[in-house]
Amino acid sequence: MGMTMTQKILAAHAGLDSVSAGQLIEAKLDVVMANDITGPMALPIFREMADQVYDKDKVVLVPDHFTPNKDIKSAENSKAIREFAKAQGLSWFFEQGKSGVEHAILPEAGVVTAGECIIGADSHTCTYGALGAFSTGVGTTDIATGMATGELWFKVPPAIKFVLTGKPGPYVSGKDIIIHIIGKIGVDGALYKSMEFTGDGIASLSMDDRFTMANMAIEAGAKNGIFPVDEQAEAYIREHSKKEYQIYTADEDAEYDEVVEIHLDEVRPTIAFPHLPGNAKTIDEVEAMEPIRIDQVVIGSCTNGRMEDMRKAAAILKGHTVHPDVRVMVVPATQKIYKQCIAEGLVDIFIDAGCAVNTPSCGPCMGGHMGVMAAGEKCVSTTNRNFVGRMGHVDSLIYLASPEVAAASAIAGCIANPEKVGDKS
Amino acid sequence: MKALGHVFKYGDNVDTDVIIPARYLNSFDAQELASHAMVDIDPEFVHKVQPGDLIVANKNFGCGSSREHAPLCLKTAGVSCVIAETFARIFYRNAINIGLPIIECPEAARGIEAGDEVEVDFDSGKIYNRTKGTEFQGQAFPEFMQKLIAAGGLVKYTNGKKAEK
Repeated sequence: MGMTMTQKILAAHAGLDSVSAGQLIEAKLDVVMANDITGPMALPIFREMADQVYDKDKVVLVPDHFTPNKDIKSAENSKAIREFAKAQGLSWFFEQGKSGVEHAILPEAGVVTAGECIIGADSHTCTYGALGAFSTGVGTTDIATGMATGELWFKVPPAIKFVLTGKPGPYVSGKDIIIHIIGKIGVDGALYKSMEFTGDGIASLSMDDRFTMANMAIEAGAKNGIFPVDEQAEAYIREHSKKEYQIYTADEDAEYDEVVEIHLDEVRPTIAFPHLPGNAKTIDEVEAMEPIRIDQVVIGSCTNGRMEDMRKAAAILKGHTVHPDVRVMVVPATQKIYKQCIAEGLVDIFIDAGCAVNTPSCGPCMGGHMGVMAAGEKCVSTTNRNFVGRMGHVDSLIYLASPEVAAASAIAGCIANPEKVGDKS
Repeated sequence: MKALGHVFKYGDNVDTDVIIPARYLNSFDAQELASHAMVDIDPEFVHKVQPGDLIVANKNFGCGSSREHAPLCLKTAGVSCVIAETFARIFYRNAINIGLPIIECPEAARGIEAGDEVEVDFDSGKIYNRTKGTEFQGQAFPEFMQKLIAAGGLVKYTNGKKAEK
């Protein structure tokens, strides 16, 4: 029986000719990543098992969640992983000022590439599936074990195949497509499974679109999301990474639990309403409702803080001012993106419109710092989760959207249709 | 091995942000985390929970982030077992790894209410609702998993095995 793309990568890393769904395997790890929340907690567990990491080029630490450190405890946590990285001689420690949000910086710096088996102690580690890697989020004990041994056990996942056809409209991006998909299958629609994206529609999706979509596979409960490695992906990989890479493709006769067809030209700008990423409503449904007044807009994160996201938001905001009742935070996901925003004049556009432009950090996404909400406040955010209390008070509300919807909403003061603000229509 | 206690009952998609909100993740001290367990979904939980109590929930318990702080804070707060229709995958792994017993059993999740006194036998997988006098069959815990839980988690279990050799 044939294997899915994910199963082929897992088989290769387990040293097996083939694997099938449900099989328990031990796989070798190409990258083991932790951040300033999960990393410090992993260190005492790691020390119970080993003195040295299994490979100083493969264990990666990124302080990004509570950085620049928001309080003394977070500073102690960053210090713990900084000192560990130094003592172990790790090749990849992404210090503030030379870094960014983990899932943006790892592909950008070429740390992750196609065909790899990657674990990260952060649920959005599934982002690197955009490069054709098997990449999944794990907890602290698993990451400590990975750091010590370079191996981890996995249950081989079954898969859902998403066949993407057509081409998305001018104001529809990866975010709209993935919220549309999660809305269709539910927040546990891919529980324990791989989401394998295929079809000729993929050619019309940029790499940034694909990172956004793979990033949110976890929001459907998936173990991983994965894209085929096409010319565009290979060009990205060659531009960013010196590592050798391997291209895997699903077998023709691979078995899928389900096949879901997505016609990209039918996907509308789509917003996830509180309190679940699967609570999807199209912009047309939103426009038919009473206006939803908002207090805050966040444009950034591992989901939508990349260059294309910045350009799309700026294109909408250019020449406009942010609604007087709204606070906007733009957070470029890495230093390189930040600098590029300055070079292209986007930072001027954001600041002239009345946005705060923050240094790269996970910051507001999980209510850590820089954009925590008070009771009763509402936010349109390009982040990935709209759970109760995620961005602050339990009585605050988060609406997940694309950078273009977020920017249009910032101007309008309520959730708004970018088609009516932008000039592409 | 057995669990015995009263039940805290929750619905679908209880996420890790309500189990332990990110604002408390600047610490990984188990006692401190436990003092904030479930605060954003049930502020009374930490005041009412007794050692041995159980959590019963519907679909996709523990969805969201990979924070191992979530099962750890529940275990440290005294929770002896979580029963749900289904669990989110990272939470499932994390719970087992830190030695918090969890059981997928849709019938039990539906047939148990808040406050019920429930007993779980991990050898047989039997879940007994003492309040209602009903019984459900969950999956039995294999021997290694019982040992792992008794040892206090994967690392202690693994180190114990190494020492035996």
